[in-house]
Amino acid sequence: MAITVLIPSALQAYTGNQSEVQVQASTVGEALQAVVATYPELRKHLYNEQGKLRSFVNVYLGEEDTRYLQGLETLVKDGDTLMIVPSIAGGSVSVLEHEAVQRASLDNEEILRYSRHLILPDVAMEGQTKLKAAKVLCVGAGGLGSPLALYLTAAGVGTIGLVDFDVVDLTNLQRQVLYTSQDVGRPKLEVAKERLQAMNPHVTIRTYETRLTRENALEIFSDYDIIVDGTDNFATRYLVNDACVLLGKPNVYGSIFRFEGQASVFYAKEGPCYRCLYPEPPPPGLVPSCAEGGVLGVLPGIIGTIQAMETIKLILGRGEPLIGRLLLFNALKMQFRELKLRKNPQCPVCGQNPVIRELIDYEEFCGMRGEESTASVDVIEEITPTELKRRLDAGDDIFLLDVREPVEWQICRLDGAVLIPMNTIPARMHELDSAREIVVYCRSGKRSAQIAAFLKAAGFRKVKNLQGGILQWSDEVDPTVPKY
Amino acid sequence: MLSLSAEHATSIRQHARAEYPHECCGALLGRELSGDVRWVEEVVPIANEQEDNRERRFLITPVQMMQLEREAKQKSLKVLGFYHSHPDHPARPSEFDRENALPYYSYLIISVQKGKPAEMHCWRLLEDRSGFEREPTEIRGL
Repeated sequence: MAITVLIPSALQAYTGNQSEVQVQASTVGEALQAVVATYPELRKHLYNEQGKLRSFVNVYLGEEDTRYLQGLETLVKDGDTLMIVPSIAGGSVSVLEHEAVQRASLDNEEILRYSRHLILPDVAMEGQTKLKAAKVLCVGAGGLGSPLALYLTAAGVGTIGLVDFDVVDLTNLQRQVLYTSQDVGRPKLEVAKERLQAMNPHVTIRTYETRLTRENALEIFSDYDIIVDGTDNFATRYLVNDACVLLGKPNVYGSIFRFEGQASVFYAKEGPCYRCLYPEPPPPGLVPSCAEGGVLGVLPGIIGTIQAMETIKLILGRGEPLIGRLLLFNALKMQFRELKLRKNPQCPVCGQNPVIRELIDYEEFCGMRGEESTASVDVIEEITPTELKRRLDAGDDIFLLDVREPVEWQICRLDGAVLIPMNTIPARMHELDSAREIVVYCRSGKRSAQIAAFLKAAGFRKVKNLQGGILQWSDEVDPTVPKY
Repeated sequence: MLSLSAEHATSIRQHARAEYPHECCGALLGRELSGDVRWVEEVVPIANEQEDNRERRFLITPVQMMQLEREAKQKSLKVLGFYHSHPDHPARPSEFDRENALPYYSYLIISVQKGKPAEMHCWRLLEDRSGFEREPTEIRGL
């Protein structure tokens, strides 16, 4: 059949400025395929990557929209004219795919379950349907991930993914409220799935019992609308950030330390990313983890629920998200503060000329390889407690630097030492005299070795580490100094 | 370059303000001059036909498009592009804008912050559909 296809003016540049194209076809679909066969440049504008007709392409047979006939299967006869008419659509950012929202619907049990949401004008049926259509990935099922996953499940977020590879440990239970005493020794994700599924059977829980790596991150993330970062280490945090930037997904960030927490939403399409805030990680070992520094159990509960709230706001498209704002929380002062964050035009991953275009080796980036091989520790000169004692008694000018925490300082200390806890060293480095000989010590000699290496890298040449720390001092020099 | 008169710019701002918190949309009719200058002669506000989520979406239906083409033809003008507002979002195209964009057209986006019209930028879809490039805008004096 000879068919005439009318081309809209916006696409005529691809048909040699022809406003109509003659083709042979028996259906609408065939006619369009014949057009793009003749003018291949047109294909990417009419069809998407999956080979489906783009949503703005409408095909009219006479006065009739073929969508309301038999679509691409609509038969055409000799002499028919098909008109391609674009519809013009657009809009600001929404994290959800519109099609997924249209597919989701609530049954009567769900309507009753979510009734307190449904009578909220800012949620209502529309918002609850969005929640059901949403897919959220929680990276980490620990202190932050527990309250986060519990509240997202309760709220009816349709698909929740969890990434973790740990087993439940007794020391987790002080803050990781997904788990109970009976669960100790079981894989976290197995327990989490049971608990969340029992709480809300309408929600799909997907588990990824694996360490998140540069190899699997993009594949896992690609299936989700929003990624929530509940990790406890810098390597994974940068990995989550970069993967989110590369995929154009929002990263709901939270972190905790002792009595203080932070939260933000890093969404490079709309604002800064984590690297705009922290281009590089701190030197390894400078910022202690929960295991090293301790954390009050309620704190991840507060920050994790803030992350849950931000996630739900993004899904609903309501309120003002924490994009471009860093929320700082101090539990002891019970104070929230807010910092404005700016997008860094020179950001290596989301800036104008990004140099990071694929995922990198994050353990190396965060200096963790060096720590494992202890190469950096080996080059630091050590002094034994016996030798130190001899030189101090001889009246040598030695600055004794104690890098432990004040609670440890209260337990015991070496005479004449000065306390500068290790996490304050970068800020207080100016208190040290690079001309003097410095001996750094801690409890066992491990933390002080890191600080000695850090100081050496910062230009302090005469730095030594006290071998074995307080423990060895107690053994070799002065048994009245308590070991702890 | 997209060239608008000061009156055109004002009417787009007013339309964006009036529709807030919803998105407004409209068409830019005019002529193509040499040197890739797009001389806007007329700004045509169009009713946003999106059924729901009008805070985040706009839609100009094919029927409206056909009327628009007819109107342009009668006035011997061309449909040069479209404008729409981004309530409480920057005047940058979203991923949804990219997926739904056509080549050739100028897409003028105006940001409306808390009800106040803010910056306005014009964009054109890149040839490979990978993104947009900024199209310079000129506001003509009287």
